Amino acid sequence: MATNNSPDDHDAVLQRIADRNPSRLGVGRAGSRPKTRTLLEFRSDHGVARDAVQSHVSDELVESMGLFPIQTLVEDKDDYLARPDKGREISDETAALLRTECKQAPQVQVIVADGLSSTAIERNIPDLLPILTDGLDQRGLDVGTPIFVRYGRVDVMDAIGEELDAECCLILIGERPGLATAESLSAYMVYGPKRGTPTAKKTVISNIHAGGLPPVEAGAEIADLIAEMCAKQASGLDLTADDREFAK
Amino acid sequence: MAITSAIGGARMTFDSVTDVLAKANERKTGDELAGVAARSDAERVAAKDALSELTLETLRENPVVPYEDDEVTRVIQDAVREPVYERIKAWTVGELREFLVDANTTDEDICAIRPGLTSEMIAAVAKLMSDMDLVLVASKMRVTARCNNTIGERGRLSFRLQPNDPADDIDNILDSTREGLAYGVGDAVIGVNPVTDNVGTTTEILEATRGIIDEYDIPTQNCCLSHVTTQMDAIREGAPADLLFQSLAGTEAGNDEFGVDVAMLDEAYELGKRQCSSAGPNVMYFETGQGSELSGDAHHGVDQLTLEARCYGLAKRYDPFIVNTVVGFIGPEYLYDGKQVIRAGLEDVFMGKLHGISMGIDACYTNHIQADQNDIERLAMLLAEAANYFITVPMGDDVMLNYQSNSYHDAASLWELHDLRPAVAFEQWLEERGIMRDGKLTEKAGDPTIFT
Repeated sequence: MATNNSPDDHDAVLQRIADRNPSRLGVGRAGSRPKTRTLLEFRSDHGVARDAVQSHVSDELVESMGLFPIQTLVEDKDDYLARPDKGREISDETAALLRTECKQAPQVQVIVADGLSSTAIERNIPDLLPILTDGLDQRGLDVGTPIFVRYGRVDVMDAIGEELDAECCLILIGERPGLATAESLSAYMVYGPKRGTPTAKKTVISNIHAGGLPPVEAGAEIADLIAEMCAKQASGLDLTADDREFAK
Repeated sequence: MAITSAIGGARMTFDSVTDVLAKANERKTGDELAGVAARSDAERVAAKDALSELTLETLRENPVVPYEDDEVTRVIQDAVREPVYERIKAWTVGELREFLVDANTTDEDICAIRPGLTSEMIAAVAKLMSDMDLVLVASKMRVTARCNNTIGERGRLSFRLQPNDPADDIDNILDSTREGLAYGVGDAVIGVNPVTDNVGTTTEILEATRGIIDEYDIPTQNCCLSHVTTQMDAIREGAPADLLFQSLAGTEAGNDEFGVDVAMLDEAYELGKRQCSSAGPNVMYFETGQGSELSGDAHHGVDQLTLEARCYGLAKRYDPFIVNTVVGFIGPEYLYDGKQVIRAGLEDVFMGKLHGISMGIDACYTNHIQADQNDIERLAMLLAEAANYFITVPMGDDVMLNYQSNSYHDAASLWELHDLRPAVAFEQWLEERGIMRDGKLTEKAGDPTIFT
């Protein structure tokens, strides 16, 4: 490899390393510690991620998107983080409310849930949901009352879908934030939702955000997938072998 | 088997050894999620009291998963050296704690009883120990191991250089490696977690890391942390792996979730001894972490600390070069916040060392856990003289696994704070490269272009 002779060469090489890498390289040091600016940028990114986890989706958003709001068995954020089992279930009262207030036995039940990033909901849902709803309408699918779930985990769609006797269910949920982005959203879909449906029976599109799969494109893509699920009456690994995802 | 305590005035009864072990734990969300935790602080202390009176024999006779049902139990029980066990089996767990913390009990004294201990005994005593007890005892035990260099010697603290990339981009992995080396880290291992688990990627990563080690004649070892079977296929085809890696669980069912069993690990070990590119004799690397068995529904109603101890009992079978707990990675439903992560980190390093394995720690956290960088810096400061090594990533940010750990920077800070040095051969190499002088970073340290 080439040796750097001049300071200019050196700075250019260092800059190239810093620029092309997603990792925080070429950051330098103050003694053995990071430089102040580097340290604060790191803490700032973490702060944004923490806020995405800890904050709540606003009532304004829920209202403006015409979502019917419910809550899981979880009582607060602390409870949400410690008890994933409670985030997958709704109370008998909530189930009864769904049966009186929402459309029964729809072909497609759309659910929005805060998950681990309320920021992801705030940033993506206003663009994504109208496109998705139009897309489902255009494909002649019968769509249920859209629901917002506070303190929801992915599998709460099994409980809601079962209570409403939906043919298939879709949940748009905030992903665990990274330091690179706290705005990433996932869409999980299941055909024939029932409590206890294994992950392998679910179809997922992840990394939905402005810097990943843009929300508008995601809305159209999800509508396509839902139509395919309804036509083939399947989801997850049963839908297509190409969708296989292997966990670490 | 009913076990009772009358500490604090109220008489409390426990159903079994497993029940006492679970309830004697410091508070962890994972034990609450599993439904095995103490229901009050008074009950927790009563369980500790009851546990302190149990003999080591009672723990040996009541493994938390039955011998006939679980191969991890069989590995642990069959490894006990019976005459040593006979000498200590009448000790209570409380007496074992007092033996360990005694200033007159040396590292050699602990080595003398070690072959008589089971993982359940080690878990039990950890539950009686305060944070300071754990650090005190873990710091006085020395466990060394040798691959291309020697780790764990007194006065030495090593670091894994973890140059992960979200696209397995080899140039990026090498840039990150250069940066880490420039900070003096990498003497434990240059170890990469690949995104894609296949022989091609594993081979590429092994060749690239081996390439830089050879180019600069670095006294360290490389590793690609894909599934062990992928690594085995790669080295059979000639890929240069100095260490073979696998994640472990503390039950047979938990290991099944990881896609391994004892027969497969035995095969990997035998292959590693013959085909790894390093000098050895220690060629295995394992990672563990409290809660993984519950997340795979493979916990058998046992608490997460006891199951973690059993991981070390299994790891010991393979004379590993390095083992580390990935303590804050699993999420708040198992370890809720900085307090629980720090406690678990101290327990894990103590238990690993008491098992006699070369124990390190990935002091880390995800973004949905109630912790921040200060918590893991604190954990690293507590364990600097107890752990054989820490994980380090650029500026604490692993952009592939999406979590935070110690920064490359933290190595020199910990050496400075605790008057420690890197592994002997690695320190010499750093001096030769002009990165370190008399245990301190030089002016040019921290600059990755040293290696371009």
